[in-house]
Amino acid sequence: MPESNRGFSAYFRRDLLLAYRRRGEVASPVIFFVMVATLIPLGVTPEPDSLKEMAPGIIWVMALLATLLSAEGLFVSDYKDGSLEQLLISPNLLVMPIFGKVTAHWITTGLPLTLASPLIALMLSLPSVAYLPMMAGLALGTGCLSFLAAIGAALTVSLQKGSLLLTLIVMPLYMPVIIFGSAVVQYSIDGMAWSGPLAILGAMLTAAIALCPLAIAAVLRLTTIN
Amino acid sequence: MVNSSLLTVNDLRFERDDIAVINDACLTLNNGEILQIEGPNGSGKTTLLRILTTALQPSGGEILYQGQILSECRFDYLSNILFLGHQSALKLTLTAEENLSWITSELPGSISVLNALKRVGLRGYSDIPCHSLSAGQQRRVALARLLLSNAKIWFLDEPFAALDGQGVKFVEQCMERHVNGGGAVMLTTHQPIGMESVRRYSLVDSSDGEALDA
Repeated sequence: MPESNRGFSAYFRRDLLLAYRRRGEVASPVIFFVMVATLIPLGVTPEPDSLKEMAPGIIWVMALLATLLSAEGLFVSDYKDGSLEQLLISPNLLVMPIFGKVTAHWITTGLPLTLASPLIALMLSLPSVAYLPMMAGLALGTGCLSFLAAIGAALTVSLQKGSLLLTLIVMPLYMPVIIFGSAVVQYSIDGMAWSGPLAILGAMLTAAIALCPLAIAAVLRLTTIN
Repeated sequence: MVNSSLLTVNDLRFERDDIAVINDACLTLNNGEILQIEGPNGSGKTTLLRILTTALQPSGGEILYQGQILSECRFDYLSNILFLGHQSALKLTLTAEENLSWITSELPGSISVLNALKRVGLRGYSDIPCHSLSAGQQRRVALARLLLSNAKIWFLDEPFAALDGQGVKFVEQCMERHVNGGGAVMLTTHQPIGMESVRRYSLVDSSDGEALDA
Protein backbone atom coordinates (compact mmCIF):
# COMPACT_ATOMS: atom_id res chain seq x y z
CA MET A 1 0.00 0.00 0.00
CA PRO A 2 1.93 3.02 -1.13
CA GLU A 3 -0.37 5.51 0.58
CA SER A 4 -0.11 4.12 4.07
CA ASN A 5 3.48 4.70 5.09
CA ARG A 6 3.80 8.43 5.10
CA GLY A 7 4.65 10.17 8.28
CA PHE A 8 7.14 12.65 9.51
CA SER A 9 9.76 12.56 6.77
CA ALA A 10 7.42 12.78 3.79
CA TYR A 11 5.85 16.00 5.01
CA PHE A 12 9.09 17.36 6.41
CA ARG A 13 10.87 16.95 3.11
CA ARG A 14 7.99 18.25 1.03
CA ASP A 15 7.59 21.40 3.10
CA LEU A 16 11.32 22.09 2.95
CA LEU A 17 11.23 21.65 -0.81
CA LEU A 18 8.24 23.99 -1.06
CA ALA A 19 10.05 26.54 1.08
CA TYR A 20 13.11 26.23 -1.12
CA ARG A 21 11.01 26.92 -4.22
CA ARG A 22 9.83 30.22 -2.75
CA ARG A 23 12.93 31.35 -0.96
CA GLY A 24 11.98 35.02 -1.11
CA GLU A 25 8.86 34.48 0.95
CA VAL A 26 10.77 32.45 3.49
CA ALA A 27 13.47 35.09 3.87
CA SER A 28 11.06 37.89 4.70
CA PRO A 29 10.51 37.10 8.42
CA VAL A 30 14.27 37.15 8.95
CA ILE A 31 14.65 40.42 7.06
CA PHE A 32 11.75 41.81 9.10
CA PHE A 33 13.51 40.68 12.28
CA VAL A 34 16.72 42.49 11.33
CA MET A 35 15.05 45.62 9.92
CA VAL A 36 12.86 46.32 12.93
CA ALA A 37 15.76 45.82 15.30
CA THR A 38 17.72 48.35 13.25
CA LEU A 39 15.00 50.92 13.88
CA ILE A 40 15.35 50.76 17.66
CA PRO A 41 18.76 52.50 17.93
CA LEU A 42 17.57 55.05 15.35
CA GLY A 43 14.20 55.69 16.90
CA VAL A 44 14.72 55.28 20.63
CA THR A 45 18.32 55.98 21.55
CA PRO A 46 21.75 55.07 20.24
CA GLU A 47 23.10 55.12 23.82
CA PRO A 48 24.81 51.70 24.36
CA ASP A 49 23.91 51.52 28.03
CA SER A 50 20.18 52.00 27.55
CA LEU A 51 20.19 49.76 24.45
CA LYS A 52 21.87 47.02 26.42
CA GLU A 53 19.10 47.25 28.98
CA MET A 54 16.35 46.86 26.39
CA ALA A 55 18.11 44.35 24.13
CA PRO A 56 16.84 41.05 25.62
CA GLY A 57 13.24 42.17 25.46
CA ILE A 58 13.54 43.66 21.98
CA ILE A 59 15.19 40.57 20.53
CA TRP A 60 12.50 38.31 21.90
CA VAL A 61 9.57 40.50 20.88
CA MET A 62 11.01 40.67 17.36
CA ALA A 63 11.47 36.90 17.23
CA LEU A 64 7.88 36.46 18.35
CA LEU A 65 6.52 38.80 15.68
CA ALA A 66 8.66 37.23 12.99
CA THR A 67 7.38 33.70 13.73
CA LEU A 68 3.81 35.00 13.78
CA LEU A 69 4.31 36.54 10.34
CA SER A 70 5.08 33.22 8.77
CA ALA A 71 2.74 31.05 10.84
CA GLU A 72 -0.43 31.80 8.90
CA GLY A 73 0.79 29.98 5.83
CA LEU A 74 1.46 26.77 7.73
CA PHE A 75 -1.84 25.08 6.85
CA VAL A 76 -3.65 27.62 4.65
CA SER A 77 -2.10 26.60 1.34
CA ASP A 78 -2.70 22.93 2.11
CA TYR A 79 -6.29 23.78 2.96
CA LYS A 80 -6.85 25.74 -0.24
CA ASP A 81 -5.39 23.24 -2.66
CA GLY A 82 -7.07 20.22 -1.07
CA SER A 83 -3.98 18.47 0.24
CA LEU A 84 -5.10 19.04 3.82
CA GLU A 85 -8.28 17.12 3.05
CA GLN A 86 -6.22 14.30 1.56
CA LEU A 87 -4.15 14.26 4.76
CA LEU A 88 -7.26 14.14 6.93
CA ILE A 89 -8.71 11.16 5.08
CA SER A 90 -5.47 9.23 5.01
CA PRO A 91 -5.56 6.11 7.18
CA ASN A 92 -2.60 7.12 9.32
CA LEU A 93 -2.45 9.19 12.45
CA LEU A 94 -2.21 12.90 11.84
CA VAL A 95 0.38 13.50 14.52
CA MET A 96 3.52 12.58 12.62
CA PRO A 97 2.78 14.56 9.43
CA ILE A 98 1.94 17.56 11.60
CA PHE A 99 5.15 17.14 13.56
CA GLY A 100 7.01 17.05 10.23
CA LYS A 101 5.32 20.20 8.97
CA VAL A 102 5.98 22.16 12.16
CA THR A 103 9.60 21.05 12.25
CA ALA A 104 10.02 22.22 8.66
CA HIS A 105 8.46 25.53 9.72
CA TRP A 106 11.02 25.88 12.50
CA ILE A 107 13.89 25.11 10.12
CA THR A 108 12.67 27.87 7.79
CA THR A 109 11.91 30.51 10.46
CA GLY A 110 13.26 29.80 13.94
CA LEU A 111 16.62 28.53 12.81
CA PRO A 112 17.41 31.47 10.47
CA LEU A 113 16.27 33.87 13.22
CA THR A 114 18.62 32.21 15.67
CA LEU A 115 21.48 32.44 13.21
CA ALA A 116 20.73 36.10 12.39
CA SER A 117 20.40 37.12 16.03
CA PRO A 118 24.11 38.02 16.63
CA LEU A 119 23.70 40.71 13.99
CA ILE A 120 20.90 42.28 15.99
CA ALA A 121 22.75 41.79 19.23
CA LEU A 122 25.61 43.78 17.73
CA MET A 123 23.29 46.64 16.77
CA LEU A 124 21.77 46.65 20.24
CA SER A 125 25.26 46.59 21.79
CA LEU A 126 24.60 43.44 23.72
CA PRO A 127 27.73 42.31 25.62
CA SER A 128 29.46 39.44 23.90
CA VAL A 129 29.06 37.09 26.88
CA ALA A 130 25.34 37.07 26.18
CA TYR A 131 25.60 35.88 22.55
CA LEU A 132 25.79 32.18 23.23
CA PRO A 133 22.98 32.12 25.83
CA MET A 134 20.83 34.26 23.54
CA MET A 135 21.28 31.87 20.62
CA ALA A 136 20.67 28.80 22.75
CA GLY A 137 17.55 30.39 24.18
CA LEU A 138 16.29 31.43 20.74
CA ALA A 139 16.89 27.97 19.29
CA LEU A 140 14.76 26.32 21.99
CA GLY A 141 12.27 29.16 22.31
CA THR A 142 11.50 29.58 18.61
CA GLY A 143 10.77 25.84 18.56
CA CYS A 144 8.04 26.43 21.15
CA LEU A 145 6.82 29.44 19.19
CA SER A 146 6.48 27.36 15.99
CA PHE A 147 4.43 24.68 17.75
CA LEU A 148 2.18 27.21 19.49
CA ALA A 149 1.71 29.24 16.32
CA ALA A 150 0.70 26.05 14.53
CA ILE A 151 -2.24 25.63 16.92
CA GLY A 152 -3.38 29.13 16.03
CA ALA A 153 -2.82 28.45 12.34
CA ALA A 154 -4.95 25.31 12.58
CA LEU A 155 -7.72 27.21 14.35
CA THR A 156 -7.84 29.94 11.72
CA VAL A 157 -7.23 27.77 8.66
CA SER A 158 -10.70 28.08 7.20
CA LEU A 159 -10.99 31.85 7.68
CA GLN A 160 -10.43 34.25 4.82
CA LYS A 161 -8.46 36.79 6.84
CA GLY A 162 -7.20 34.84 9.79
CA SER A 163 -3.86 36.49 10.46
CA LEU A 164 -5.02 39.06 13.01
CA LEU A 165 -7.13 36.52 14.88
CA LEU A 166 -4.21 34.13 14.80
CA THR A 167 -2.06 36.79 16.45
CA LEU A 168 -4.64 37.39 19.17
CA ILE A 169 -5.00 33.67 19.88
CA VAL A 170 -1.32 32.90 19.99
CA MET A 171 0.11 35.96 21.78
CA PRO A 172 -1.00 34.93 25.29
CA LEU A 173 0.48 31.48 24.75
CA TYR A 174 3.80 33.07 23.87
CA MET A 175 4.13 34.88 27.21
CA PRO A 176 5.90 32.14 29.20
CA VAL A 177 8.37 31.63 26.35
CA ILE A 178 9.20 35.31 26.14
CA ILE A 179 9.58 35.65 29.93
CA PHE A 180 12.09 32.83 30.25
CA GLY A 181 13.74 33.62 26.91
CA SER A 182 14.61 37.15 27.84
CA ALA A 183 15.54 35.98 31.33
CA VAL A 184 18.26 33.79 29.80
CA VAL A 185 19.80 36.83 28.10
CA GLN A 186 19.34 39.09 31.11
CA TYR A 187 20.91 36.63 33.53
CA SER A 188 23.94 36.21 31.32
CA ILE A 189 24.40 40.00 31.07
CA ASP A 190 24.21 40.25 34.84
CA GLY A 191 26.78 37.49 35.21
CA MET A 192 24.39 35.03 36.82
CA ALA A 193 23.93 31.35 36.00
CA TRP A 194 21.57 31.26 33.00
CA SER A 195 21.12 27.53 32.74
CA GLY A 196 17.97 27.63 34.88
CA PRO A 197 15.68 29.60 32.54
CA LEU A 198 17.27 27.81 29.59
CA ALA A 199 16.32 24.48 31.12
CA ILE A 200 12.76 25.72 31.54
CA LEU A 201 12.70 26.70 27.85
CA GLY A 202 13.92 23.19 27.06
CA ALA A 203 11.17 21.72 29.20
CA MET A 204 8.58 23.88 27.45
CA LEU A 205 9.86 22.73 24.06
CA THR A 206 9.66 19.10 25.15
CA ALA A 207 6.10 19.59 26.30
CA ALA A 208 5.25 21.41 23.07
CA ILE A 209 6.67 18.59 20.93
CA ALA A 210 4.73 16.01 22.91
CA LEU A 211 1.39 17.78 23.21
CA CYS A 212 0.99 20.36 20.43
CA PRO A 213 0.74 17.91 17.50
CA LEU A 214 -2.15 16.20 19.31
CA ALA A 215 -3.89 19.53 19.81
CA ILE A 216 -3.23 20.59 16.22
CA ALA A 217 -4.61 17.31 14.87
CA ALA A 218 -7.80 17.67 16.91
CA VAL A 219 -8.20 21.31 15.92
CA LEU A 220 -7.70 20.57 12.20
CA ARG A 221 -10.43 17.93 12.31
CA LEU A 222 -12.73 20.42 14.00
CA THR A 223 -12.08 23.42 11.77
CA THR A 224 -12.35 21.53 8.49
CA ILE A 225 -15.58 19.75 9.38
CA ASN A 226 -17.72 22.12 7.34
CA MET B 1 -27.27 -8.54 0.53
CA VAL B 2 -25.55 -6.39 3.12
CA ASN B 3 -22.54 -8.64 3.28
CA SER B 4 -22.08 -8.85 -0.44
CA SER B 5 -21.88 -5.15 -1.14
CA LEU B 6 -18.71 -3.18 -0.73
CA LEU B 7 -20.33 -0.10 0.71
CA THR B 8 -23.80 0.26 2.18
CA VAL B 9 -25.33 3.52 3.27
CA ASN B 10 -28.48 3.49 5.38
CA ASP B 11 -30.67 6.51 6.16
CA LEU B 12 -27.77 8.91 5.88
CA ARG B 13 -28.60 12.43 6.99
CA PHE B 14 -26.52 15.57 6.99
CA GLU B 15 -27.59 18.94 8.33
CA ARG B 16 -25.75 22.20 8.05
CA ASP B 17 -26.99 25.02 10.28
CA ASP B 18 -30.24 23.10 10.88
CA ILE B 19 -30.94 22.81 7.17
CA ALA B 20 -31.03 19.28 5.84
CA VAL B 21 -28.53 18.89 3.02
CA ILE B 22 -28.92 15.15 2.71
CA ASN B 23 -32.10 13.46 3.82
CA ASP B 24 -32.22 9.72 4.46
CA ALA B 25 -30.01 8.67 1.61
CA CYS B 26 -29.86 4.89 1.14
CA LEU B 27 -27.52 3.41 -1.40
CA THR B 28 -25.20 0.52 -2.03
CA LEU B 29 -22.03 0.15 -4.02
CA ASN B 30 -20.89 -3.28 -5.17
CA ASN B 31 -17.65 -4.59 -6.55
CA GLY B 32 -17.36 -3.95 -10.25
CA GLU B 33 -19.90 -1.18 -10.25
CA ILE B 34 -19.91 2.44 -11.32
CA LEU B 35 -22.41 4.59 -9.46
CA GLN B 36 -23.16 8.05 -10.71
CA ILE B 37 -24.60 10.45 -8.16
CA GLU B 38 -27.01 12.80 -9.85
CA GLY B 39 -28.77 15.88 -8.71
CA PRO B 40 -29.06 19.59 -9.37
CA ASN B 41 -26.51 22.05 -8.00
CA GLY B 42 -26.67 22.20 -4.26
CA SER B 43 -28.36 18.85 -3.85
CA GLY B 44 -25.48 17.54 -1.74
CA LYS B 45 -23.45 15.45 -4.19
CA THR B 46 -20.09 16.70 -3.01
CA THR B 47 -21.29 16.58 0.60
CA LEU B 48 -22.23 12.93 0.15
CA LEU B 49 -18.79 12.09 -1.22
CA ARG B 50 -17.11 14.00 1.57
CA ILE B 51 -19.13 12.11 4.18
CA LEU B 52 -18.27 8.80 2.57
CA THR B 53 -14.56 9.71 2.59
CA THR B 54 -14.92 10.60 6.30
CA ALA B 55 -13.97 14.23 5.71
CA LEU B 56 -17.39 15.17 7.13
CA GLN B 57 -19.32 13.65 10.01
CA PRO B 58 -22.88 12.66 9.10
CA SER B 59 -25.67 13.88 11.35
CA GLY B 60 -27.27 10.46 11.35
CA GLY B 61 -27.48 7.12 9.61
CA GLU B 62 -24.90 4.43 9.17
CA ILE B 63 -22.21 3.53 6.69
CA LEU B 64 -21.10 -0.07 6.33
CA TYR B 65 -17.91 -1.19 4.60
CA GLN B 66 -18.11 -4.85 3.64
CA GLY B 67 -20.85 -5.25 6.21
CA GLN B 68 -18.88 -3.65 9.03
CA ILE B 69 -19.65 -0.31 10.64
CA LEU B 70 -17.19 2.24 9.37
CA SER B 71 -15.82 3.33 12.73
CA GLU B 72 -14.78 -0.26 13.43
CA CYS B 73 -12.75 -0.70 10.26
CA ARG B 74 -11.61 2.85 9.71
CA PHE B 75 -7.98 2.10 8.93
CA ASP B 76 -8.85 -0.71 6.56
CA TYR B 77 -11.46 1.42 4.82
CA LEU B 78 -9.32 4.53 4.48
CA SER B 79 -6.45 2.42 3.12
CA ASN B 80 -8.74 1.26 0.35
CA ILE B 81 -10.29 4.47 -0.90
CA LEU B 82 -9.13 7.19 -3.21
CA PHE B 83 -10.77 10.59 -3.34
CA LEU B 84 -10.34 13.09 -6.13
CA GLY B 85 -12.14 16.32 -5.36
CA HIS B 86 -12.65 19.67 -7.01
CA GLN B 87 -9.36 20.71 -5.53
CA SER B 88 -6.49 18.89 -7.14
CA ALA B 89 -4.26 18.66 -4.04
CA LEU B 90 -1.36 19.62 -6.29
CA LYS B 91 1.39 21.92 -5.12
CA LEU B 92 1.78 24.44 -7.90
CA THR B 93 5.43 25.20 -7.20
CA LEU B 94 6.35 21.53 -7.52
CA THR B 95 6.71 19.81 -10.86
CA ALA B 96 4.19 17.30 -12.12
CA GLU B 97 6.57 14.47 -11.35
CA GLU B 98 7.35 15.70 -7.84
CA ASN B 99 3.68 16.09 -7.08
CA LEU B 100 2.81 12.62 -8.26
CA SER B 101 5.69 10.84 -6.64
CA TRP B 102 4.94 12.63 -3.40
CA ILE B 103 1.23 11.88 -3.44
CA THR B 104 1.78 8.23 -4.20
CA SER B 105 4.95 7.82 -2.08
CA GLU B 106 6.82 6.55 -5.11
CA LEU B 107 10.51 7.25 -5.28
CA PRO B 108 11.35 10.34 -7.32
CA GLY B 109 12.13 9.42 -10.88
CA SER B 110 10.34 6.10 -10.60
CA ILE B 111 9.29 4.58 -13.86
CA SER B 112 5.67 4.18 -12.86
CA VAL B 113 5.25 7.92 -12.27
CA LEU B 114 6.77 8.87 -15.60
CA ASN B 115 4.69 6.17 -17.23
CA ALA B 116 1.51 7.50 -15.65
CA LEU B 117 2.32 11.01 -16.87
CA LYS B 118 2.91 9.65 -20.35
CA ARG B 119 -0.44 7.90 -20.31
CA VAL B 120 -2.32 11.04 -19.32
CA GLY B 121 -0.70 12.79 -22.27
CA LEU B 122 1.89 14.79 -20.37
CA ARG B 123 5.05 13.21 -21.71
CA GLY B 124 7.75 15.86 -21.61
CA TYR B 125 5.97 17.94 -18.99
CA SER B 126 7.27 16.00 -16.01
CA ASP B 127 9.79 18.61 -14.88
CA ILE B 128 7.68 21.71 -15.41
CA PRO B 129 6.21 23.39 -12.32
CA CYS B 130 2.47 22.82 -12.18
CA HIS B 131 1.70 26.55 -12.15
CA SER B 132 2.93 26.69 -15.75
CA LEU B 133 0.45 24.03 -16.83
CA SER B 134 -3.07 24.81 -18.01
CA ALA B 135 -6.10 23.98 -15.87
CA GLY B 136 -6.81 20.90 -17.96
CA GLN B 137 -3.22 19.73 -17.75
CA GLN B 138 -3.22 20.19 -13.98
CA ARG B 139 -6.37 18.11 -13.88
CA ARG B 140 -4.59 15.42 -15.85
CA VAL B 141 -1.73 15.37 -13.37
CA ALA B 142 -4.26 14.86 -10.59
CA LEU B 143 -6.00 12.13 -12.59
CA ALA B 144 -2.70 10.32 -13.08
CA ARG B 145 -3.19 9.27 -9.46
CA LEU B 146 -5.83 6.85 -10.69
CA LEU B 147 -3.13 4.91 -12.50
CA LEU B 148 -0.90 4.71 -9.44
CA SER B 149 -3.40 3.74 -6.79
CA ASN B 150 -4.31 0.34 -5.38
CA ALA B 151 -7.50 1.65 -3.79
CA LYS B 152 -10.63 -0.45 -4.15
CA ILE B 153 -13.16 2.38 -4.12
CA TRP B 154 -12.71 5.53 -6.12
CA PHE B 155 -14.66 8.62 -5.15
CA LEU B 156 -14.46 11.06 -8.04
CA ASP B 157 -16.01 14.49 -7.67
CA GLU B 158 -16.58 16.03 -11.10
CA PRO B 159 -13.67 14.15 -12.69
CA PHE B 160 -14.46 15.54 -16.15
CA ALA B 161 -14.22 19.20 -15.19
CA ALA B 162 -11.78 21.13 -17.41
CA LEU B 163 -11.00 18.05 -19.51
CA ASP B 164 -11.19 17.84 -23.28
CA GLY B 165 -12.88 14.96 -25.12
CA GLN B 166 -9.74 12.90 -25.14
CA GLY B 167 -9.28 13.41 -21.40
CA VAL B 168 -12.87 12.36 -20.73
CA LYS B 169 -12.29 9.21 -22.73
CA PHE B 170 -9.17 8.51 -20.72
CA VAL B 171 -11.03 8.77 -17.42
CA GLU B 172 -13.76 6.51 -18.73
CA GLN B 173 -11.18 3.92 -19.75
CA CYS B 174 -9.57 4.14 -16.31
CA MET B 175 -12.90 3.59 -14.62
CA GLU B 176 -13.72 0.68 -16.89
CA ARG B 177 -10.42 -1.03 -16.19
CA HIS B 178 -10.86 -0.42 -12.50
CA VAL B 179 -14.32 -1.95 -12.27
CA ASN B 180 -13.31 -4.85 -14.48
CA GLY B 181 -10.60 -5.56 -11.95
CA GLY B 182 -13.17 -5.75 -9.16
CA GLY B 183 -12.99 -2.18 -7.96
CA ALA B 184 -15.86 0.25 -7.61
CA VAL B 185 -16.35 3.87 -8.59
CA MET B 186 -18.70 6.49 -7.21
CA LEU B 187 -18.69 9.73 -9.14
CA THR B 188 -20.58 12.94 -9.55
CA THR B 189 -20.85 14.64 -12.90
CA HIS B 190 -23.28 16.66 -14.94
CA GLN B 191 -21.91 15.31 -18.16
CA PRO B 192 -23.44 12.23 -19.76
CA ILE B 193 -21.08 9.29 -19.42
CA GLY B 194 -20.39 7.31 -22.56
CA MET B 195 -20.48 3.98 -20.78
CA GLU B 196 -23.25 1.46 -20.52
CA SER B 197 -22.73 -0.12 -17.16
CA VAL B 198 -23.37 2.96 -15.08
CA ARG B 199 -25.96 2.83 -12.33
CA ARG B 200 -27.50 6.13 -11.32
CA TYR B 201 -28.58 7.44 -7.97
CA SER B 202 -30.46 10.72 -7.66
CA LEU B 203 -30.15 13.06 -4.79
CA VAL B 204 -33.36 14.98 -5.06
CA ASP B 205 -33.54 18.49 -3.70
CA SER B 206 -33.69 18.10 0.05
CA SER B 207 -36.84 20.21 0.38
CA ASP B 208 -38.73 17.38 -1.32
CA GLY B 209 -37.58 15.21 1.50
CA GLU B 210 -36.83 12.06 -0.40
CA ALA B 211 -34.16 10.51 -2.51
CA LEU B 212 -35.14 8.18 -5.30
CA ASP B 213 -33.25 5.19 -6.51
CA ALA B 214 -33.52 5.52 -10.26
